[in-house]
Amino acid sequence: MQQEKYAQIEKELSPKPPILKNVMKAFLTGGLICLVGQFIALFYITYFDFTERTASNPTVATMIFIAMLLTGFGLYKKISQFGGAGAAVPITGFGNAVVSAAIEHKSEGYVLGVGGNMFKLAGSVILFGVFSAFVVALIKTILVKFGVVSW
Amino acid sequence: MIRGLLTFQSKPSIYATGVTAGPLEKKKSVFAPLFDKVYEDERCDLPTNEDGHKQLMYDAVLIALSKAKKQPEKIDFFLTGDLVNQMTPSNFTAQALAIPYIGLFSACATSVSSMITAALLADAKQANWIMAGSSSQHNAIERQFRYPLEYGSQKGATAQWTVTAAGAVLIGQHKVDTPVIDCATVGKVIDMGMTDPLNMGSAMAPAASDTLMNHLTGHGRTIDDYDTIITGDLGSNGFKIFKALANENGLPHTKNFRDAGEEFYGNDPSFKAGASGSGCSAAVFLSDVYQKMLTREYKRVLLLATGALLSPLSFQQGDTIPCIAHAIELSMNEVTAE
Amino acid sequence: MISIYITSFIVGGLICVIGQLLMDVAKLTPAHTLVSLVVTGSVLDGIGWYEPLIDFAGAGATIPITSFGNALTHGAMAEAEKHGLVGVVTGMFEVTSSGISAAIIFGLIGALLFTSKGNV
Repeated sequence: MQQEKYAQIEKELSPKPPILKNVMKAFLTGGLICLVGQFIALFYITYFDFTERTASNPTVATMIFIAMLLTGFGLYKKISQFGGAGAAVPITGFGNAVVSAAIEHKSEGYVLGVGGNMFKLAGSVILFGVFSAFVVALIKTILVKFGVVSW
Repeated sequence: MIRGLLTFQSKPSIYATGVTAGPLEKKKSVFAPLFDKVYEDERCDLPTNEDGHKQLMYDAVLIALSKAKKQPEKIDFFLTGDLVNQMTPSNFTAQALAIPYIGLFSACATSVSSMITAALLADAKQANWIMAGSSSQHNAIERQFRYPLEYGSQKGATAQWTVTAAGAVLIGQHKVDTPVIDCATVGKVIDMGMTDPLNMGSAMAPAASDTLMNHLTGHGRTIDDYDTIITGDLGSNGFKIFKALANENGLPHTKNFRDAGEEFYGNDPSFKAGASGSGCSAAVFLSDVYQKMLTREYKRVLLLATGALLSPLSFQQGDTIPCIAHAIELSMNEVTAE
Repeated sequence: MISIYITSFIVGGLICVIGQLLMDVAKLTPAHTLVSLVVTGSVLDGIGWYEPLIDFAGAGATIPITSFGNALTHGAMAEAEKHGLVGVVTGMFEVTSSGISAAIIFGLIGALLFTSKGNV
């Protein structure tokens, strides 16, 4: 049989992802996680010396701490199975990627296993975040130097 | 000219089987009551996943041996495989058993490829006793092929769940009133250009279809000769496509078709399209199918195990997923007049 | 005051919807999806759109991974404003250190405390 013909049969019979349902679940999950973040930010603004702008730093750290607990107790994968991108896109998803890799590779030791593999999933986010920030800031700096735009 | 056909004139016999499985299988598999041993701990109370994986296979072999009242020293060859890199669980099992050993890799089709090789050794009178089988352990396989276990990724409806299970089978010279191995068909590697590692059923169905047609034509069989034709781990999606391909190939019906992967966890939606892994086909063939042959509910069966021959590296480098299927035909004589 | 909770929910949810569409429709892997969003956040800050979004949606804009790209770019640009080109490299982690340090610290603590389980 030809590959094209098989691809056609396969496409006809295989179930399609329920996109609308997935999108709604992602919206709900992602929205709720951000809402929790908003409450944590409120906590830091009210009880500590943070402004609305600076509160995002301790908020992010707290969210990653919560992600660690949920990951360790095996709950984050359940949230992800339900919420899809709604659980992957918030910073808790970044935390889950780091913590799950660290836990998984413990059996190979703390230096080679945990240390060597902690960022195997999240590393690309850091790499491309840093590099795109570098490029964007560089362009902006040059444009400012030539007087095209201002800070 | 169909190649890959094998006929075993002496009809080697299956003397005993041993099947072990993990705690999730104990809770969720419909075949759990048929397994010889189930563990309370997913790593069999050992420190690592791979240690647990080895223990599964080791215990399955010992159970099969004890049923046949044999010691490992009496066994001439040990043929097995798994999915871990370099098959360390199988290798370490062989070390512990100290039986002359050949590791076999046909991914999830190893259950049948090891039985075919064992039947050849017995038929050639090169061995009296051969232990064959295969195994898989969920945790060890997932972290190697996909993601860390606790990583959250949304699985689609075509994803399958690697089972924690092992099956061992003791094969020897022909004996009446035992299931015997009549013939087999070694499959070709078939690649239909599928690329999604979370939809293995679609990739494997064409290989299963190719080997089935070769077996039927080559050995002059029709599907009604069999009480069942059971595939290894196509899962619900792959099995549906496999049956569609059977219709396409002009087979009259698919009433007696079964798929071990689809049946393994019942219809529990948490497992999506069902079970997979080299322990899946081994566990079902050597428990459910074997026991139905012993009671003569099945008198002739075709075991058709399928395997996806990919690695995380080949997938990331953009290769498509090549697949294989091996078939072995077992039969049981009519009730002897005693 | 109440409105920030509504906007954070909606904006955060919508960013995740974009992620879901990238996975389901564009068939990107989770890693490719997250990388795309981080780069988007960084570019949006370059053209000055991300900060207004934070003012509007609060955690709805700072919790999704896009804010990581935004924060990196923001640190780099702030430092470049003070020290010129060299600031592009040195200022990068000025704003965003908390996410990465928290991930490293809690990653190791998680590994110390937990063992992975193969359950559904």
